[in-house]
Amino acid sequence: MSVLVIADYENGELKPGAAAVVTAAAAIDADVHVLVAGQDVGAVAGQAAEIQGVAKVRVADAAHYKAMLAEPMAELLRALSGDYAAILAVANTDGKNFMPRLAALLDVSQISDITEVVSADTFVRPIYAGNAMATVQSGDAIKIITVRTTTFAKAELTGGSAPVEDVSAADDPGISSFVKNELSESERPELTSARIVVSGGRGMQSGDNFPMLFEVADQLGAAVGASRAAVDAGYVPNEFQVGQTGKVVAPELYIAVGISGAIQHLAGMKDSKVIVAINKDEEAPIFQIADFGLVADLFKAVPELKEELEKLPPA
Amino acid sequence: MKILVPVKRVVDYNVKIRVKADQTGVDLNNVKMSMNPFDEIAVEEALRMKEAGSADEVVAVSIGVQQCQETIRTALAMGADRGILVKTDAELEPLHVAKILKAVIDEENPELVILGKQAIDDDCNQTGQMLAALLGRPQGTFASKLELVDGKLNVTREVDAGLQTITIDMPAIVTTDLRLNEPRYASLPNIMKAKKKPIIENTPEDMGIDIAPRLSVLKVEEPPKREAGIKVETVGDLVDKLRNEAGVI
Repeated sequence: MSVLVIADYENGELKPGAAAVVTAAAAIDADVHVLVAGQDVGAVAGQAAEIQGVAKVRVADAAHYKAMLAEPMAELLRALSGDYAAILAVANTDGKNFMPRLAALLDVSQISDITEVVSADTFVRPIYAGNAMATVQSGDAIKIITVRTTTFAKAELTGGSAPVEDVSAADDPGISSFVKNELSESERPELTSARIVVSGGRGMQSGDNFPMLFEVADQLGAAVGASRAAVDAGYVPNEFQVGQTGKVVAPELYIAVGISGAIQHLAGMKDSKVIVAINKDEEAPIFQIADFGLVADLFKAVPELKEELEKLPPA
Repeated sequence: MKILVPVKRVVDYNVKIRVKADQTGVDLNNVKMSMNPFDEIAVEEALRMKEAGSADEVVAVSIGVQQCQETIRTALAMGADRGILVKTDAELEPLHVAKILKAVIDEENPELVILGKQAIDDDCNQTGQMLAALLGRPQGTFASKLELVDGKLNVTREVDAGLQTITIDMPAIVTTDLRLNEPRYASLPNIMKAKKKPIIENTPEDMGIDIAPRLSVLKVEEPPKREAGIKVETVGDLVDKLRNEAGVI
């Protein structure tokens, strides 16, 4: 039986996380369909059709899917669910919002944030901020799943040529409406898909000191993140937050500056390929997982890092 | 307006948990337990609405073992008016919790239910959304600001790219994010007063809720350990290693 992946996109561009969900879905069943829900999403559907391993793209085009509000999205997915053995979405703030609503409508226990597909009904997922990994088997007829995209290889984004078909929109329950988005304007790469992430913690002491991280990040083409402590202290907005209750990242290089390394933060970045820690406290737990640790005052080390990077010849 | 706040008893966020040697779960013996931090934010928000005059009663509900009563007492000490304990020793999934809460709500008819967005033990992030679905009510998840306007609720939500504001009909279900508020500490006089506030008890069986497991946990393991690497002496060394050893810059 087929499996359905909900496409994740922004400004008419499919986001790379969708290709990771396709990989997870294909481990359940080879007949992978992708649903693109939204308004004027033809371009996204075209991109989804090119992902290798996608057998069919389905498009639900209606104004009430534009903001991906949970109430209309869950009704749409319920209407389509009869065709599928599993429905999967990225575990981002959209998927986390509408998937549990869908699961309850179908009387199914959702499996959140999976990191591995063991078999068509068995999955691995982190619990306790990733300090334990649970292998969970579902007895429900349909599996409702959100996927931690950092642990799955991305399916090739080109080379496929799946047919695209329209599906009819379901009625909008009409109990919720979109008012506005206040999105961070940034030229930097997105945190969850950046190749390099530079993060600051409480050691930064003030939001006024973050610009020095921004400068280093821009030299490296990196995204900027933060620990919960830095977000709680109001240094930077919540969308910077990396950790158990924020975003999960796994870049090639993660540079933690003035971050002590609480387990809740490690939960969001410990799968990074190379971890650098800069902290003046040599006992800080972050050093226990860092590949390269520098015990130093960050207010000296970060400007120095900027200078050293300037001197570095192009790779 | 009546506000219902479900509160979960979880391993305290400062505890470093241990996986049991037989891989059946996490060792909870002699471990400090506390109210789920996001639920504290939910209680606080309900109390602020009551203090602002937009709510007149705050009811705390907890579901689980007898000791969940302590979690309810914490909510009562913060200022909630009364408690409901649905007692069970069974391991519950968010779907079961949502079904039990729905039954409580059918009795209590609150206009607003505020939950934490996620429990820090199972990290599921499901219960509020499921409850909203079962009740056919709208959901304002990951809220950082709530505003009652003309009988509707404006919810500012923490989303991946920034903030999103939606308007939802009442009655509604809200789940809290970190920046909604900073929860208060209970004062000693209020802790004493809370001991006299009423808590009624019930069970899923008496309520007629099916809590048969849908998921079976086959094993629980430690995650792969990451080894500490090396310390570098200077920023120059660091850049050199990143370029020439790790090849990441």
